[in-house]
Amino acid sequence: MEETARRFFVHLQGIWKRFGPIVAVRDASLSIRRGEVLGLVGDNGAGKSSLMKILSGVLRPDSGKIIVEDRFVQFTSAGDARRCGIDMIYQDYGLVGSLSVLENIFLGRELIYGALGGMIGVLDRSAMKRRSLKALSEVGFSSIEVTRTAEQLSGGERQAVSICRALVLGPDLIIMDEPTAALSVKEVGRVLQLVRQLRSADVAVVFISHRLDDVLAVCDRIVVLRRGRIVATLNGSETNGSEVVAHMFGDVEARA
Amino acid sequence: MQRLDRQRLRQVADRYGSVIILLMVVLAFAVLEPRYFLSAANFNNVGRQASVLLILALGQLLAVATAGVDLSVGSVMSLSMIVMALVMEGGALDPSIVPAVAPLVGLLCGLVNGLGIIYLRLPHPFIMTLAMLYIARGATNLLSGGVPISGMPEAVRWFGSGELNLGMRIPVPLVVAFAAYLVIGGVLRFTRFGLQVYAVGGSETGALYAGVSISKVKLGVYGLCGMLAGLAGLILAGRTNSAYPNAGIGAELDAIAAVIIGGASFFGGRGNAPATFAGALMITIFRNGLNLADVTVFWQQVLIGVIVIGAVGLDVLRGRWLRKVAFD
Repeated sequence: MEETARRFFVHLQGIWKRFGPIVAVRDASLSIRRGEVLGLVGDNGAGKSSLMKILSGVLRPDSGKIIVEDRFVQFTSAGDARRCGIDMIYQDYGLVGSLSVLENIFLGRELIYGALGGMIGVLDRSAMKRRSLKALSEVGFSSIEVTRTAEQLSGGERQAVSICRALVLGPDLIIMDEPTAALSVKEVGRVLQLVRQLRSADVAVVFISHRLDDVLAVCDRIVVLRRGRIVATLNGSETNGSEVVAHMFGDVEARA
Repeated sequence: MQRLDRQRLRQVADRYGSVIILLMVVLAFAVLEPRYFLSAANFNNVGRQASVLLILALGQLLAVATAGVDLSVGSVMSLSMIVMALVMEGGALDPSIVPAVAPLVGLLCGLVNGLGIIYLRLPHPFIMTLAMLYIARGATNLLSGGVPISGMPEAVRWFGSGELNLGMRIPVPLVVAFAAYLVIGGVLRFTRFGLQVYAVGGSETGALYAGVSISKVKLGVYGLCGMLAGLAGLILAGRTNSAYPNAGIGAELDAIAAVIIGGASFFGGRGNAPATFAGALMITIFRNGLNLADVTVFWQQVLIGVIVIGAVGLDVLRGRWLRKVAFD
């Protein structure tokens, strides 16, 4: 493997984030390569989601820098991050229940007829439908009717739709927040397979999860967060569950 | 395939149920009061009466579709009438462009609503637009001294009481209302803005995560709602040939009722222009028909209340229905 030769896609440097008296992220620095699956683990409230919501533009950091392909960037919305090729799939899937599958996939990234842009651009529904069907079949869910509303779907189907949403624009980095938490064993297998597909297509993936088995199965590197701080970076093929857990709960220092 | 057809049928009943009920109401009055109810004179009369409510309800639909509400439309309507009348009296503006003043005043009020909702982070649009209800009404009274101003320019009167000869004589205000429904209905159905309006109403968090600019959408919605209130003010001023400070008291409630009767969900994300059109028309036709049948105004109020409960009851049933379809 020529892992180390691969270019870094994004660097986070010295990120801090507070919510009132609570420090969610403390001085976190992190780099992610193309074609790499980076696991992000930690106990509840360790700051995993906050850190990644900063990278996806939903939250603004109190201080720290984000560098995408050697350029400093500042995100004021999820749309800004997406224009830099970064998209996030949320734990609760982030879908709008009353909208159809097709509308959910293209919400905030609508395809518009001709050159007419802006807010009153006319939706190109047939192109959106074509690309939705293609994306759904790529993730193995071609059975989903794109005209059904999201509230009519099962958990696995919703997850598939939110993954398609991130895929249709061909992103460089996908952040997946607990993508396997609510799925059946069979569906988990499908999602892990998809993560591997993304890696071989040279996409960077951040995989946030509580389920260490899934993390160990698919991640190249594993970053451990504890109380907002990055406490360890482990090589996915050399570590094991108990080492990761020890870092998560701080038993490493206790033993030393 | 058969299941799909049933589903489609349900979808149509779900979206346009109020249109179907409206046709039934019209049919009922046509049977009860055939001589006058179906006459051209009555058609023109209803069209003229309905146009103000139609336009206010259209704006309200935008707010309700984002899970918001605009309580200020009645006050904003009267403020835009009064300001337009004062501009006319000032004489600085050519009388033919005086009509543009009312929608502009409405647009400004609506943008203030939108900015307040976005930047003051008030917990619900209810608060900001309630404040605007009082402020605009107060400003109306301050500017007019509480006294009506009568004698509108020709151009303003045309909007309220003119007629177009399109084979039959159609009231201009009805044409204006219809055009507004075509434009706003088209925007809701076919554009990026429309999709994002429904997304914000369906789930604000979901829309935010998808990268929708919530502020842009809300500013657009309340700006348009205010502008439509101003347009309604122009039509009312033209119809009555005056601007009066008590105009539109309680009109916001009629507008909300029309939207709800039109099947929109008060929790956002659901509702469309044709159904709202039917909802507003139904309130007007109900009043008209009951008048012709000699039913007192007091009973009319009770009946409209009953219809609102019926419409929301249907909304609840529809929710159960959808869940059932989902697990079929």
